[in-house]
Amino acid sequence: MDFDALLLARIQFAFTISFHIIFPSFTIGLAAFIATLLVRWRVTGSDHLLRLARFWTKVFAVSFAMGVVSGIVMSYEFGTNWSRFSLVVGNVLGPLLGYEVLTAFFLEATFLGILLFGWNRVPPNLHVIAGVLVALGTSLSAFWILSANSWMQTPAGHEVRDGIAYPVDWIAVIFNPSFPYRFAHMFTAAYLTTSLVVLSVGARYLVAGRFSEESRTMMHMGLGMVALLAPLQVFFGDQHGLNTLKYQPAKIAAIESHWDGSQPGALVLFAIPNSREERNDFEIAIPNLASLILTHELDGRFPGLKEFKPEDRPPIFPVFIAFRLMVGIGVLMIAIGWAGAWLWLRGRLFETRWYLQSVQYAWPLGFIAILAGWYTTEVGRQPWIAAGILRTADAASPVGFGAVLFGLVLFVLVYGVVFSMGIYYINRLIEYGPKGAATAAPEGLPSRPLSAAEDAAHVAIEET
Amino acid sequence: MDAIGYWLPLVWAALIGTAVALYVILDGFDLGLGILFQFEPKESRRDTMMNSVAPFWDGNETWLVLGGGGLLVAFPPAYAVIMPGLYLPILIMLLGLVFRGVAFEFRWAAKPSHAFWDNAFSWGSIVATFMQGVVLGGYLQGIEVKDKAFAGGSLDWLAPFPLFTGVALLGGYALLGSTWLIMKTEGGLAEDARGWARKLLPATLLIMAIISVWTPLAFDRIADRWFAWPNILYLSPIPIATAATAWACWYGINAGREVMPFVSAVGLFLLGFLGLAVSNVPYLVPPSITIWDAAAVPQSQIFTLIGVLIMLPVILGYTVFVYWTFRGKTREGEGYH
Repeated sequence: MDFDALLLARIQFAFTISFHIIFPSFTIGLAAFIATLLVRWRVTGSDHLLRLARFWTKVFAVSFAMGVVSGIVMSYEFGTNWSRFSLVVGNVLGPLLGYEVLTAFFLEATFLGILLFGWNRVPPNLHVIAGVLVALGTSLSAFWILSANSWMQTPAGHEVRDGIAYPVDWIAVIFNPSFPYRFAHMFTAAYLTTSLVVLSVGARYLVAGRFSEESRTMMHMGLGMVALLAPLQVFFGDQHGLNTLKYQPAKIAAIESHWDGSQPGALVLFAIPNSREERNDFEIAIPNLASLILTHELDGRFPGLKEFKPEDRPPIFPVFIAFRLMVGIGVLMIAIGWAGAWLWLRGRLFETRWYLQSVQYAWPLGFIAILAGWYTTEVGRQPWIAAGILRTADAASPVGFGAVLFGLVLFVLVYGVVFSMGIYYINRLIEYGPKGAATAAPEGLPSRPLSAAEDAAHVAIEET
Repeated sequence: MDAIGYWLPLVWAALIGTAVALYVILDGFDLGLGILFQFEPKESRRDTMMNSVAPFWDGNETWLVLGGGGLLVAFPPAYAVIMPGLYLPILIMLLGLVFRGVAFEFRWAAKPSHAFWDNAFSWGSIVATFMQGVVLGGYLQGIEVKDKAFAGGSLDWLAPFPLFTGVALLGGYALLGSTWLIMKTEGGLAEDARGWARKLLPATLLIMAIISVWTPLAFDRIADRWFAWPNILYLSPIPIATAATAWACWYGINAGREVMPFVSAVGLFLLGFLGLAVSNVPYLVPPSITIWDAAAVPQSQIFTLIGVLIMLPVILGYTVFVYWTFRGKTREGEGYH
């Protein structure tokens, strides 16, 4: 494949997978949220939990459909656009994807039918189990696909003969060095993303004075998760970074835009990396801080970009910027979580207008952070498609420029229409809100303790 | 070749064949409904048609992932040739499935202004079906291979035979869809479905006959397979069974039977599938790469086969459970939306 077709194939893959990742990262958390609501509903018998579950199930259905159709595209793109990749690593990666289909895809797709349409067809407890199984399916799917992705970053348990990778030890393949960290980091990211959406939808209703009982549950559940998970995510991210330093030092050097490994690393807040002169332009940096973060010593050393041949370095600027965007959003999430938790503890969460009014717009943060994180790790993996085994430039299919261009144009057009409509419909579903809910609590925005307010709302609903 | 090296690829080829056959049947009737949308303008009936498969379509489509994924698991070299070899038809098929798939949800979310998603559902199904037929035809006519890599052109599939199989599959899936409606719906819609099936069955049989004549005439390897003695003797039950099944389908449609037309239409598909398998064994990429040439190493095939042996019965079990849960007639207005 010539250079231009390769570039187009890479753009096509980046485009399709960027669209795809948005939906599973939302539905992984949402499935768990719905399953939790259903279980809580069975335990407490509170109708508003059922209304919430039904409402979010509709949102889930639309998101899941987009995840499924964009995911099937991915499973074929490995072959259509990256046939050399399939040939070289198929013996190792194929089974991981096979297990994803066998343990996850069928489970979630089949029980989704019951979750969506089974309200009157199966007993409530079975319906709850269907919800739990869908959540389990989405999690198993994340397990396998992240294992496969991690293997591309930090391959293990294999040997290369005549340029083809063969499996030697499956446990080492599946639990390759970066997998536990990546899984913890991505799984938490998915839950955080969904929690922020739930929190912001709750805030949106409260600001509008609608569905106050449901909104309060959403805000409590969403906020509780954000307040706990956002700091935890920083910890996972830090651990993941140390793992990357050990196994993919060139990626860390690019993230920190650190050129000279003989000097301690500064934490570069902003810079334009200059690859030709191997230094940073317009740099604003805090001396020694990167060394402290990465080596836990002020004058610790870690490899700089100069230690890698130019053809073995990832593109620096995108990795550098995407990482900073991700970390910045992470800090913002902690602020949102802790500010909300503080207001909650003081009993003022639902009356603090500035908080509600700003947090209702927080829903995109998780998605942006996830995309930024994936750009960091995937662009940072370059120039390799499977580290040390196959370069991206050697991985593409022998398909002509015209065909790839035609495909790319079609993808952009179709995804543009389908996914913007999808997001529009999700917004419309949210605008309608939970069916059958009281549009306002009997006493408006109450100042009394929440449990009492919830009880009052129950009574009001049961009486009507 | 040792016993494992001989049998493992055979087992995997049979598994992938089964997955593809299940996909063709299960998503065949889903896609058939999309094709039949063209003949059923009434909104309430379209609602019922969609609701009759809404709980199943996602699971049905997953067999396509298992078929494609299975090829990557067990035969990476074949996957690496077939996918680029049929690049555009596969890509356009996937985009058709995108429109068809999201329409299941978007159409309801968009109501009352859902005309766009009616078209997306129907034309997405039509495009996906046609391109699946083209993929089949392009595969049967052979993929050019050099040094284990695809060496043909991007438009090799733009030939009479693949285009004919594209049209052929439209007829076949529409037959599956109409017999599904006979089984799963009632009243005017079921009556209309019977009328469609009465036209689609002869059309499908004609298509099968044309392909049965065309393939041996065009491809010597297929002629040798079927007409060399004693193969012709062993293989003669396939056309005979096909004729008997076709008669059962015709009888079922006209005698007011509800399940028989669907079951026998599925039988027709299976027999056609069997016929194509007979025509191509042992090639995985006709006419040059056999299933043994393309096999992954035994460690990879065995590791995933263990998962298949454990999970496939479970998958089939809960799939049957879901079909059983939503058994009986789909009535107008039934659905969760």
